[in-house]
Amino acid sequence: MIALSSTQAESANRVPSSLTQVRVTMKYTFLDYFRSRRFFILLAIVLLISSALTIVIGYYRPPGLLSSDLSFYSSWWGISAVLLTALFGIFFGGDAISGEFQNKTGYFSLSHPVRRSSVYIGKWLAAFLASSIILVVFTAVTLGNGVYYFGLSLPYQFGEAVLFTWFYLVAVLGSTFFFSSLFKTSSYAILVTAVLFLFAFNLIQLLVASFAQLEPWFILTYGSQIIGNVLSTQYPPHVTTVRFGPEGRALTAYNATIPEGLVIIAAYFIVTAILGLVLFERKEFT
Amino acid sequence: MNEPSIQAVGLTKRFGSFTALDSLNLNVEGSKCVGFLGPNGAGKTTTLKLFTDLIRPSSGEALVNGVNVHTRKKKALESVGTLIETPEIYPSLTPREALTMVAETRGVPAAERKKRIEDVVTEVRMDEWVDKRVGKFSKGMKQRINIAAALLSDPRIFLLDEPTTGLDPRGMSEVRDIVKSLKGKQRLIFMSSHLLSEVTDICDEVAMIDHGKLLVYDTLSNVTSRFSGGENIVEVGFLRPLDGGVNGRIASGVPGVTSAERVDDRTLRIRFNGGASTQERLLSNLVGMNLGVISYKPASSALEDVYLNLIKDTK
Ligand SMILES: Nc1ncnc2c1ncn2[C@@H]1O[C@H](COP(=O)(O)OP(=O)(O)O)[C@@H](O)[C@H]1O
Ligand SMILES: [Mg+2]
Repeated sequence: MIALSSTQAESANRVPSSLTQVRVTMKYTFLDYFRSRRFFILLAIVLLISSALTIVIGYYRPPGLLSSDLSFYSSWWGISAVLLTALFGIFFGGDAISGEFQNKTGYFSLSHPVRRSSVYIGKWLAAFLASSIILVVFTAVTLGNGVYYFGLSLPYQFGEAVLFTWFYLVAVLGSTFFFSSLFKTSSYAILVTAVLFLFAFNLIQLLVASFAQLEPWFILTYGSQIIGNVLSTQYPPHVTTVRFGPEGRALTAYNATIPEGLVIIAAYFIVTAILGLVLFERKEFT
Repeated sequence: MNEPSIQAVGLTKRFGSFTALDSLNLNVEGSKCVGFLGPNGAGKTTTLKLFTDLIRPSSGEALVNGVNVHTRKKKALESVGTLIETPEIYPSLTPREALTMVAETRGVPAAERKKRIEDVVTEVRMDEWVDKRVGKFSKGMKQRINIAAALLSDPRIFLLDEPTTGLDPRGMSEVRDIVKSLKGKQRLIFMSSHLLSEVTDICDEVAMIDHGKLLVYDTLSNVTSRFSGGENIVEVGFLRPLDGGVNGRIASGVPGVTSAERVDDRTLRIRFNGGASTQERLLSNLVGMNLGVISYKPASSALEDVYLNLIKDTK
């Protein structure tokens, strides 16, 4: 009789759909971000940057910056949004997958009837959600300042820039999750993400463009330039050639067009998401 | 409902040129407890990781209820509770939260979750800690929560990798009691161990492995009698130091006894042929000899002898 009743109890358990399991992973990863304080540390950093900008601009009133609403949003959002997105990758993406191996938490979270891809996607969504909340805060502070100086008439370009930033965030998290599945040691994944997004991509882009005279279409940060560019009074031309020096050497500079930028960002996300998932599926807990 | 089963078919795992598991063929079916016995580095954890898709086979397959664990993990592990090595729990979560996560992942009905969690936490004696963060727990406390996680969804099959490691002696015996109580609930338990006494105490069957090769798989009593020619061993403790001639007197004077050797001056190891009734007669004879018997226990060394002999042969 014991057997019968316990068999009945057990058959009441139905392993939920993968979608539900994605949601469960997301929920607890997000809780972990909160508890481990990394969410609040990043939020504090963003609030610090925002208040510094607010105070400096309010105090010095730089005339160039305040000459038009577009130049205000461009100075405020143009650079900081891209850097901030890199921080999201470092904080939320770097150890998301590698930590499961390094800290052996994968033995707890994966030895259940759950697909690895569900765990990967759930963790990705948690990182995206946490980043988005902080990005919303940053957008709100930006808007607050903008409305204070220029009133409610927002330039549509700012809307585009915000949208592109979110799109870029998707690709950055896609890439950091890929590095996170590539390495079993979290510090490597974090280091590679930081180095790449904080300067290596920019450096390679510069080298490729100025010395090889090639369009750096294969560099993610080249695509992300659309965020800043869309805020300039006139969208910079795709190719500009300047001649300089006694021999009149030509130097070509490149700017991604908006469609091009979007394609680069999308391609980075798609490729890294697929590779990251495949790597995680194949990786062994040894 | 079908009998629960786990099955290894030519299951092989190589790490580079090193073969950690060498074409394991094993078919365990029905409600029973199987001890998976072998020395350190024998391939026990490797086998259990293959059965939970934590690693991939180099060749062969691991099946649970006939379902391939690697290709259809979600289906295969539907009713399997696992404990492989010592899993770490997200340190910022409390046991209640971590177990709720497991319950939600495994589909324990929402209405039962709270009670199930409290039940399993009580079972592993961690009530006091259920709302404290796991980060500060000792290894043994984490292991108790891991055991609770394995029990949580009330699965039919348990894959346990040395479940008593990291626990203090009381914890070990509590965990053994938990495993024993599962046997009464018609479960299939496949439990690795390097402790012979643990396997003798809990299990019905034993599979021995060394150097990645299965040496024997049979019921406990078949294994011991098959390899020791039906001989059994008891260890007897005495109050006073024994005089020199006493082992000879026991060996010749008590029917069934084949030898009595001194372990130390107050302990004898007695080998005899026959089952429980011989054993009972032996004890009453010993008591009758007025030697001051204070302890009398069947040595797990019958299994130990088999084990040591088999392990010795594989090199
Ligand atoms: N990732 C790995 N790389 C190389 N050898 C390994 C790896 N994992 C395990 N081994 C080897 O495989 C053998 C079996 O290990 P394991 O299954 O952990 O043994 P145990 O029976 O003690 O659980 C050991 O000799 C171990 O050194
Ligand atoms: Mg082991």
